[in-house]
Amino acid sequence: MSSLALLSLVILVPWAGAALLACLPRLAPRAQKALALLFSLSTLVLSLVAMSSFERAAGGYQFVETHAWIPSLNIHYHLGLDGMSLLLVLLTGLLSPACLLAARTKAENPRLFFVLFLLLQGAALGVFLALDFFHWFIFWELSLVPAYFLIKLWGGPGAARAAYQFVIYTIGGSAFLLLGFVALYAATGTFDFVELAAMGADGSLASKLAALGGYWPQAVFLGVFLGFAVKVPVYPFHTWLPSAYAEAPTGVSMFLTGVMSKMGVYGFLRLLWPLFPTALHDAALPIIWLALAGIVLGAYAAMRQTDLKRMVAYSSVNHVSYCILALIAVSAATGRPADAASSAALGGALLQMFNHGLSAGALFFCVGILESRSGGLRGLDDFGGVRTAAPVFAGLCGFALFSSLGLPGLNGFVGEFMIFRGVWGLAPWAAAVACLGLFATALFLLTFWQRVFHGPRAGAALGAFKDLSAREIAVLAPMAALMLVLGLFPGLITWIFNPLVRSWADHLTLP
Amino acid sequence: MKPILSLLWLIPALPLAAAALGAVTPRSGRRRAAAAAIAAMAGSLILSVLALRAALLNPSAHLYLNFDWFTLGSATVRLGWLLDPVNGLMCVMVSLVGLLIFIFSLGYMDKDENFARFFCFLSLFAAAMLGVVVSNSLLLLFVSWELVGLASYLLIGFWFQRPAAAAAAKKAFITTRIGDLGFLLGLIWLYDSTGTLLLYDGGGGVLETHALGLLGAGGLPFGLAASTAIALLIFCGAAGKSGQFPLHVWLPDAMEGPTPVSALIHAATMVAAGVFLVARVFPLFEADQALRSVPLHALTVVAFIGAITALLGALIAVAQEDLKRVLAFSTVSQLGYMMLALGVGSWTAALFHLLTHAFFKALLFLAAGSVIHAAHHEQDIRRLGGLRGPMRLTFATFAVGMMALAGVPFVFSGFWSKEAILHAASQWDVSSVPLVAALAGVVLTAFYMTRLVCEVFLGHARSEESSHAHESPPVMTVPLVVLAFGAVALGFLGTPAWPWIQSRMTGQPVAAHSILEGGGLMALSIVLVALGIGAGAALYGLRPRTDSAAPDPLAASMPRVFAFLANRMKLDELYAATLGRLNSFLAALSDVLDRRLWDGAVRLLARLGQLTGSLDREADIRGLNAGFDAVSSGVRRAGRAYSGAQTGAAQGYLRALALAFVVLALIAMWGGGR
Repeated sequence: MSSLALLSLVILVPWAGAALLACLPRLAPRAQKALALLFSLSTLVLSLVAMSSFERAAGGYQFVETHAWIPSLNIHYHLGLDGMSLLLVLLTGLLSPACLLAARTKAENPRLFFVLFLLLQGAALGVFLALDFFHWFIFWELSLVPAYFLIKLWGGPGAARAAYQFVIYTIGGSAFLLLGFVALYAATGTFDFVELAAMGADGSLASKLAALGGYWPQAVFLGVFLGFAVKVPVYPFHTWLPSAYAEAPTGVSMFLTGVMSKMGVYGFLRLLWPLFPTALHDAALPIIWLALAGIVLGAYAAMRQTDLKRMVAYSSVNHVSYCILALIAVSAATGRPADAASSAALGGALLQMFNHGLSAGALFFCVGILESRSGGLRGLDDFGGVRTAAPVFAGLCGFALFSSLGLPGLNGFVGEFMIFRGVWGLAPWAAAVACLGLFATALFLLTFWQRVFHGPRAGAALGAFKDLSAREIAVLAPMAALMLVLGLFPGLITWIFNPLVRSWADHLTLP
Repeated sequence: MKPILSLLWLIPALPLAAAALGAVTPRSGRRRAAAAAIAAMAGSLILSVLALRAALLNPSAHLYLNFDWFTLGSATVRLGWLLDPVNGLMCVMVSLVGLLIFIFSLGYMDKDENFARFFCFLSLFAAAMLGVVVSNSLLLLFVSWELVGLASYLLIGFWFQRPAAAAAAKKAFITTRIGDLGFLLGLIWLYDSTGTLLLYDGGGGVLETHALGLLGAGGLPFGLAASTAIALLIFCGAAGKSGQFPLHVWLPDAMEGPTPVSALIHAATMVAAGVFLVARVFPLFEADQALRSVPLHALTVVAFIGAITALLGALIAVAQEDLKRVLAFSTVSQLGYMMLALGVGSWTAALFHLLTHAFFKALLFLAAGSVIHAAHHEQDIRRLGGLRGPMRLTFATFAVGMMALAGVPFVFSGFWSKEAILHAASQWDVSSVPLVAALAGVVLTAFYMTRLVCEVFLGHARSEESSHAHESPPVMTVPLVVLAFGAVALGFLGTPAWPWIQSRMTGQPVAAHSILEGGGLMALSIVLVALGIGAGAALYGLRPRTDSAAPDPLAASMPRVFAFLANRMKLDELYAATLGRLNSFLAALSDVLDRRLWDGAVRLLARLGQLTGSLDREADIRGLNAGFDAVSSGVRRAGRAYSGAQTGAAQGYLRALALAFVVLALIAMWGGGR
């Protein structure tokens, strides 16, 4: 398989699609969409190929590709796939076609939209697969450019400002990240994640950084932390998120919350934690509070929103913060924490990433459906009795809502339960505080459901409110089915990352 | 291993399959959905009877079948099914009462356009409840438990077009979820300290000696045992589902659902789940009893909460004017009795009362449904009346239910199960408050049920709707007769003279006593029942109400007390003013923090960037460019126009960053090179 360069293919096929579409200006919009879908689907197909030949018991990187790139600077083209990458590539593969399907073909200049979207998809995949900071960072930054234009050109009335804020804020964050890594390079002479992680594990990274003197070690840690914290986002670096998610067109909101918010969490797990175990441990308490603030205040802020898209956006702040809480609870522990607790927390965090991508993506799609039926309305009070008008829509949206609020039997519960179980074993008080977020989430999601779907038909649901079209069912029904299947049989997906989580938990030796 | 054990999963799976089938059945497939639901329920009933028979062969054994669910990291999460006489009896009760309610619904929901959907949700409800009952794992129990919550949400809000129904459904879900969060914390605590959530696992389960010894030792502050805290957290969940004070507020609102749903919630499913849960994990609640000098035992809290609920529910029921709400508060009160029994240590009495109550409360609700159906959805007792004549069968069965609930001696099942609770409470050496509360509840129960029967069935019809009432069709009355039979017969399985149920549930022979054991207490409670019925008959039966507008005789004599009780002791208002306000405050605070503080900080940073940018520009213009002024004035004008079009933030921000980056990189390189 290595001769096939599978991972390069994963990244390059969407980009090839973008290039191809860019060269075919005369193509009919429907054909353009079909072509874009085809290239977008390649990720799902290739990730299934990777899954089929994935070494189940191994915790390390597979399908590794290494080529010298800039030898004088010790920079390599280095790709690799472990359980976490595979999970996220699979998630990207599942969500991207759904996002494209969700995009309205009638929109202006669809070809450009598809080109940019495929570029975005490829860049996100690159982030999950690259193992050398040099091109990893290129992918990381490159993902911003198409996202910026996708929000700005096809977004709502406030899109220009939201896109601007989004890009400046995240670039601001990544500037610190870049600084941090340049300093790391200066100290170690390598950009390679695997080598850096090995130095992080044996403590030599910390001593090399300390050799830089002064406040360098702290500054580097803080820079890397900030870069990822803005991307996730960790409270209080989240203020760009509600407007960006709300103003973006439906398909892009789905991708932003489903895939791009995972890039930040991925950074925490892939880089921040392995490279700076000690620094993260020392900073754990304040970060736990930030995660708890994201969980509780994020959910309460969602309760206050009247714009449904902003509400769902805030619920993302809440859901992603559970992942951060789980990770930080593990790194906050002293001595050797109980294996069961730390592997539950870490495994739960990975599961939560996948589940949140699925349920938040579906929720954004549902709000998009409301918008498309009502001529752009998406206020909490703009609807009423939609369940009477569109029972199938109500049913499938119900899946997404109840998955998001963590109803057992659907996927969301399993991840959250394991996170709570793990966090309890490491920092019980944090689990108790986080419960408040579970309560608030149920409250605002059921308020959403009650106002929009229940009661007598009202507002935008008064007229001819059509039930789902075949296209919409094709997006939502598989997602709902996955929520149910993964809720009942989580083992279908946990095998991907179990060895990885086990090796993480085994190598935990904390100060 | 007994073959029935490997079929146990089918007991919840059959109705679940019926629910799945119902979910994909179109509106027109009424008969198919209903037939599937009833057939599945009948199948579960047959399996339950077989399971009970198998369990009774060796009542002291806990038969279980555990299996792996999934692996996460290094830990495998395991679930399992359990069979013993306790859940065998519960299965039979749930599936039998459920089946009767399903059949009744055929008639009651006949005209509803979402008939097929109704049976889908009913099946889901029954499946979830049966799942709670047959779980050998607290995790599987919790999953089923939450599905019970989901099904109740869907059914209470079945007529979701009505805002009141939609609101009641949400209130039920949220209120029970508050309790469930406690339950969840209890679960993960238990999971963390024992490494398993299986109840029985060949010595490794949480209800077995090893784990109980571990948990029952002191170790928390004040010498409390971990088991006390875990049990109380689990009790939060039980209190939510079983409508215990202070989480009982959702139960009366749940009356917004169709009446068969009320019957299902109040008798066979949902509220029974909490009592069953505490009885199921009773060893855990009991584990701290060995500690003598601790300030608190888990069971003491259970007993007091139960006593408060029993009394509070009965008091409020006295002043309700809605047929279903009287019954709803009577359920609250009766659940209080069951919790009280658990708290004073007699889980057998609690479960015995749970079983008898399931029959007579299902009977009362379905008979009320029959009345409401006949009276064109009139359920205000002041506007009913005189239904004894036209609805003889409904009246007769309702009267049986009323006498069972009131505890009319010797013939009715409620009498025996209630006596068992009173007897247990009198033996409790911690406090006599629960006994006093329970005895006060006895007189109130007899009183409000007499009031209800007199108002609804005696006198003359007091509205257009009730004057046209006629007896319901056999599909509705036959279930009533079957339930009435159960409401009488079940009592004889647990009398002191022949304590069959008690001995089978504990798996140990229970000594038979004289039928009049504890005669003094029994005589007292009989007198109290007579007093309650007498007072009710005197106030409401002798001179039945003639006018629907006439005030209630009690309201006439003590208007303020009556109004206070009629308003449910203003607890809903209290919650809205305290917890509701706190909740809105938190939401507003989070929002303001975002809009003002954090976004403000970001804006401030942007302003700083802007400032740097313009300073930079000024420096360029005044300093560097001064010499080229004459040449480049045109260029400069264009440049100024251009920079004016920029907001400045991006430019300045990025420039500052880039500058800093270069400087830092240089320093780093230089530092690293050394």
